[in-house]
Formats: sequence, structure tokens, C-alpha cells
Amino acid sequence: MNDLIVAKGLRKSFGSFEAVRGVDLTVPAGQVLGFLGPNGAGKSTTMRMLTGFLEPTEGTVTLSGISLADDPIAAKRTFGYLPEGAPAYGDMRVEEFLLFAARSRGYDDAEARRRVDAAIDRLHLGPYRKQLVETLSKGYKRRTGLAQAILHDPPILVLDEPTDGLDPNQKHEVRELIRRLGGERAIVLSTHILEEVEAVCTRAVIINEGRIVFDGTPGQLDAKASRDVTRNRLDHVFRMLTTSDVARRAGAAR
Amino acid sequence: MTATQRIASVFRREFTAYFSSPLAGIFLVIYLFMSGIFTFQLGGLYERGQADLRPFFQGQPWLNLFLVPALSMRLWAEDRRTGTIELLLTLPYSVWDLVLGKFLAAWAFACVALALTVPLWVTVGWLGSPDHGAILVGYLACALLSAGFLAVGAFLSAFTKNQVIAFVLCGVASFLLLVTGFPVVLDFVSGWLPRAAVEAISAMSAMTHFESMMRGVLDGRDVLYFGSITAAFLFLNGVVVEWKKAE
Repeated sequence: MNDLIVAKGLRKSFGSFEAVRGVDLTVPAGQVLGFLGPNGAGKSTTMRMLTGFLEPTEGTVTLSGISLADDPIAAKRTFGYLPEGAPAYGDMRVEEFLLFAARSRGYDDAEARRRVDAAIDRLHLGPYRKQLVETLSKGYKRRTGLAQAILHDPPILVLDEPTDGLDPNQKHEVRELIRRLGGERAIVLSTHILEEVEAVCTRAVIINEGRIVFDGTPGQLDAKASRDVTRNRLDHVFRMLTTSDVARRAGAAR
Repeated sequence: MTATQRIASVFRREFTAYFSSPLAGIFLVIYLFMSGIFTFQLGGLYERGQADLRPFFQGQPWLNLFLVPALSMRLWAEDRRTGTIELLLTLPYSVWDLVLGKFLAAWAFACVALALTVPLWVTVGWLGSPDHGAILVGYLACALLSAGFLAVGAFLSAFTKNQVIAFVLCGVASFLLLVTGFPVVLDFVSGWLPRAAVEAISAMSAMTHFESMMRGVLDGRDVLYFGSITAAFLFLNGVVVEWKKAE
């Protein structure tokens, strides 16, 4: 199997606070991994280590077979990343911003333009291409961030809350896009929305207090709920796995 | 993609960013206006009856004290405030590509501003026969001085998300870098510091080095001084970016 993301023993401390306490994660091509967890559980910190923004206190990350610590620039070429909140340069037009991202990836002007046009088409940003990023609505800003992440057609995609703050239609569109992007790629996306995991993910990982507390298919996650729970079954499992007293018991059993 | 190409692509983004707000225009107008005041009003270019640009060059350190922080304040503070620092550091760039690309963009802008004062040079050339070599060295001094200040400013900008704080810090630091060479300061410390220490303080001053170049004396040590200040602060800049990025 072609494992595109291999993270081993990731730990991250900020001062005396340990945000991530030993995360192992292997994501093969073709997998869409939904990364779940309460706020502050270590989702973003883990994704920031996967993408090289933060150096792990301990542990290693290998992307497409390239060690992030040994050759960060080569490793960074193999993924597209949508950071939390989809940061982008507000003073640039959508098109200019995407051209900057394309040039950053080493394309000459002609190829950069072609890639940007394709990404704009794919995310239906056409009518907004000349608009300043700071004047975009939340949904279009997020789409611009996604366009930036996919324009070089990377084998790995890391998306931190790609549908956060979008309206139901926009959410649907982004999920469709992620489904289409799946295929040969390894995709890690974090979310708070559990239906999203059912809708687009082939694997669900739940992190709580810096540790993985569940790793399986969305079906297996659903099966953890007792039969008498009929509505919001995933929410129920999620609460079961991540509310502190249950989690502490799980930690003690480890 | 080579390091040069990566730096060039950062440079391109940062340089055009100056023109996306009225800041660039305001900067240029104030700079040119103040340069004119220093040269003609305060310096008395005509009254002196000498064909040189001494009054213009004498004003430059003081102008840079306000205008360099205006250029450097946004370099990192803005990226830290908006979160684009996360984007930059996860694109295929090293921290040094970003440090150099940003610095060179700000310096290029400062050099464009400086180049727009060339009509002053043409004017004294037309009025008399100045020592063109000396003026060229003076211009080099101005460019090196702004490089040094910009490196300090970029370094300080990486500490904060607030551009106003970055502006003030850079202004204060540049001021200190200048005044350590002033007789007032040197006389003050010479009372209680050994002679060698006083000379060391004087040697650390940007003013001392700027003034000798401003007179048209091209000395390798002065160039080395500005080069070292720039390199040292750019290095520290990279260190601080790594240290502060996640906050």
C-alpha cells in the first residue's frame, strides 16, 4: 500500500502544556480521513505538524516518502494545505493571490496562469476572480483557500475545517469537491460536523486531550452507539469518547 | 526551483504589496518633500555656495528614522496578525527565503525613493561642478543606512502582531543606533567608561560610519559595518520568526 502520510510518535509541548501526546497516523493514497475532536484537543496542532508549520517536540513526519525534517521544501511540494480560518492576503485580488501561490510552487507565469484558471473553474470562483480577498464572504474566502491548496494537484491534501462557517449549500459543494478530489490522494480534513465524516470520509480518527481515542471507519464509529440511540448517533459516540470523565477512564485503561 | 527563484517570488509579492495601499504614495511624497526641506531650507543649498549634496545627506539619517519603520512595520506583523504566516511557512519556502524576499522588497522600495532624489544631484551638477564620485558614495551610504535600519525593523516586526508597536520599536532602535555616535552621548559616557569602551560605542554607531561615507570617503570598514548590521539582524529575524510563529 502506498502510504502518503506517515506520522510517528508525534508530541508537541508549549511550555509545560502538552498539546499532542503521542499521535501515530498513517494515511494511504485513496483515503479521506476525517479528523475529529473537541476544541483544544490537538487537531490543529497535529495538522500543523503534518504540514511543517510546527516542529514536533518528538516524533517524525514523512510525506510521499520524504522526511519533513530532512528536506522540508521537497516535502512541502507534495501537499496542499488549507490552514484554519483560510488565511489569505486581503490586499490581493483572488486571481493575484492564487498566482502568488502558483509561483511559490515554482510554476513559470504561463503555467501558473493555466493552473490558476483551472482552480478558479473548479471552485466556481470565476465571477470573483478580480475581487479583493478582504471583500469576499466567508464562503468564497474559504474557496479561495481551497483553490490555493489544490492548484498544483498535490497527492496529499490537509484541510483544517474546510466547511467551517459555510452555509448548507456551500458545505455541500465543498464536500462534493472533496469527494471528487479523493481517488488517488490522501486527504486529511478536520471538522466539527459529524455528518460530514459520514458523507465524505472513509476513515474517522477522534483525538482527545492530545491522544487518539478512536480510529476506524465511520461505520465502526456508528456501531459504537448503543442500539436504542436513534438520533444523532455519531454525536452520542463523540460525546462518549471525548467528555472528560469517560476519556479519563479510557486513558486509565490504556 | 532554486533559492533565488523562491526569494524572487516572495520579493514580487512583497514589493507589489507596497503599492496596494496608499502607503507607498504617501511615503514617497513625504520623503521627497522632507528631503527637499533638508536640502534647501535647513541645509541652505544655495546660500552655502558649494556644489555638493552635503545638506541632503545630513538629513537622511533623520528621515530614515521615520520612513524606514513605515516600510518595515508590516513585514511580519501583518502576516502574524492575519495568519498568512502559516500559509507562507507551509508553502515550499524556507524561513530564509521569506526573510530575504521581504527584506529585499522593502529595501528596493527605499532605493526607489532614494533614486527619485537624483534630480537634486542633477541640479547641483548644473549649478556647479560637484565631485560626482563623492556624491555617489553618499548615495551608497544612504542605501546602506536604510538597509541596516530595515533589517532592524524587520527583526522587530517579527515580535508583534501590531504594526504600530513594530513602527515605534523600529524608530526607537534606529534612533539609538544613530545617537550612540553623538558627542553628547560620548561625552556623557566618557566620564565613567574607559576610553576603549567609549571608542567601541562610537564604532557601533551608524552615524559615525554614515558621516564618513557622506563626506565621500569610501572605506571598506564602513561598508562592512552596515553589511554586518544588516546580516546580523536578518539572521535574528529568521530566528524570531521560527520562535514566535505559532503565537
